[in-house]
Amino acid sequence: MRIVFKTDYMQDIRPWKDGYQLSLYLILLAIVAAAPWVLDVFYLGELTNVLIWAIAGMGLMVLTGHTGQASLGHAAFLAFGCYSNVILLEAGVPFILAFPLAGLITGAIGALVAIPALRLHGIYLAIFTLAMSILVDDIIVLTEPWSGGVSGKYIAGVDIFGLTIDRWGTPTLFYWMVLTVTVIVALGYINLLRSPLGRSFIAVRDSQVSAQAMGVDIARTKTISFGLSCMVTGWAGAFMGMFAGAFNNETFSVVISIELLMMIVIGGLGSIHGAFFGAIVIGFLPQFLSISKEYVGAVFGGSTVAIPGLEFGIFGMILIAFILLEPMGIYGRWLKIRTFFELFPFYRKDMFKRQKSYLKTERLR
Amino acid sequence: MSLLEIENVTLKFGGLTAVDNLSFSVEKGEVFAIVGPNGAGKSTVFNLISRFYDPYAGSIRFDGHDLLAVKPSGVAAYGVARTFQNIELFEHATVLQNLLVGRHRHRRSNVVSELFFTPSVRRQELENREKVEQVIDFLDLQAYRDKMIAGLPYGVRKVVEVARALATDPKLLLLDEPASGLSVEETNDMRWWIDDIRRQMGITVLMVEHDMGLVSGVSDRVLAMADGAKLALGTPSEVQSHPAVIEAYLGKAS
Repeated sequence: MRIVFKTDYMQDIRPWKDGYQLSLYLILLAIVAAAPWVLDVFYLGELTNVLIWAIAGMGLMVLTGHTGQASLGHAAFLAFGCYSNVILLEAGVPFILAFPLAGLITGAIGALVAIPALRLHGIYLAIFTLAMSILVDDIIVLTEPWSGGVSGKYIAGVDIFGLTIDRWGTPTLFYWMVLTVTVIVALGYINLLRSPLGRSFIAVRDSQVSAQAMGVDIARTKTISFGLSCMVTGWAGAFMGMFAGAFNNETFSVVISIELLMMIVIGGLGSIHGAFFGAIVIGFLPQFLSISKEYVGAVFGGSTVAIPGLEFGIFGMILIAFILLEPMGIYGRWLKIRTFFELFPFYRKDMFKRQKSYLKTERLR
Repeated sequence: MSLLEIENVTLKFGGLTAVDNLSFSVEKGEVFAIVGPNGAGKSTVFNLISRFYDPYAGSIRFDGHDLLAVKPSGVAAYGVARTFQNIELFEHATVLQNLLVGRHRHRRSNVVSELFFTPSVRRQELENREKVEQVIDFLDLQAYRDKMIAGLPYGVRKVVEVARALATDPKLLLLDEPASGLSVEETNDMRWWIDDIRRQMGITVLMVEHDMGLVSGVSDRVLAMADGAKLALGTPSEVQSHPAVIEAYLGKAS
């Protein structure tokens, strides 16, 4: 049992509890950064994919996990990020500028979209954002001169200070670039959560009425949340485009939006860890399925032909299992396991049981 | 000039007149209580001051500012803090985080500086923490500092709500039934706290309360309401013995 004694306010402001925790995360970072020397090209690519999904997951987590605004349309912002990155690159903007700009443009679009969405909440907001996701397909087709429409666009390697970074040519460099952005986004997210804005996000999520009474401007806070969320999602989209190499109007479909939302629910809503855990599940599940399909085929003599819809069926079952058995997601389960060992033998079975909340004031919506 | 001036305020929900041409003013430094039977419009008055409702007619002025000209979030910026009848805390956050949200009106940083957590944000956070710790000490919440609200007992939540309102450093504190659902002991604690809030911190208190023991114990003036209108206004004993108030609670002698 490890107890951290607090003797200083900075202990609560610093992102890590103590040196032990900090060193654990640094070791994790070192291991992940050293992955190219351990893994072969295929698994390095898969790991890169997981990191890209994790960036997208952090983007959606800000909005859904921390501000409580469900979005079923984040694939639209992946698309905006991806296309603005490529269009800027084609216009001759160097990648080092085009990439951040792609995020900023997507963030601005997100903030604009937020304005009509401000009055919506819950299922209505989900429907609104779902419509966004469907619309973006048509927008890409309609803006064919810039977006390439149905025939799509291609992206080869990019240059940073003379280094050519290409998903196929130099997968190691591409991996490190994605990792760097992941770390930067995660650090920004941590900073956000320990500062007034992050707390106002949580306030808006948990009780809009009292957030207002504390001086939090709901409309402004939601708009900023949308903006930040879409900015990060835009970066993830830019990477997804570079990872795929080619994309068209159907790449960023509604299915991607739903996968994103599922990902953060499975990972654990309301935590940065959740985005990463969810990304690991979503990123590795297809490979895991195809490998296990071969195995099953070999043992039981079945065919190894792809079964249509198998992946989504399994996704759906996992999601239902999580909602029924562990609504707090993988991160919630991890917290329980950790607390069990930290408090051993004092862990009680219902320690994390959510209490029924008391009467809520008339919602004033 | 009074701290809070409510003049001829009327609020209608369709055909129902919830507040009917109500006028009263709260002086700086006093504890002002509003009493009345259920449905008299007491909490509605609070929601009008918090700008959750727009009055049909009348004016609400606080400390020289027209409250009707600002958004609900602007009311807190002028120094009005409130609690809620049925507790509206941020359930999935710790007590400390809840109180720190109370410091939001003193925020000087912006999105960019917060994303980089610049030294000025750090200083601001330390400053906020110090203020919050004063409130925690004042209301004896040390034991609950890092606990999630979702796991706290009702009585503690009530105190945390008062603490969150105090963390905003208000000039006027609106308490909506601070003693409802509390035990006798907790109600007594609340009574001393309200007294201390007024005496030590110099904060004006406006409260809605049913517990007449608490009302007569701490308040300087009492406003009795029924059906959205003013029945009587005066010292606690004056109001308690006022014939119209007795009639509103007990009915007419036949």
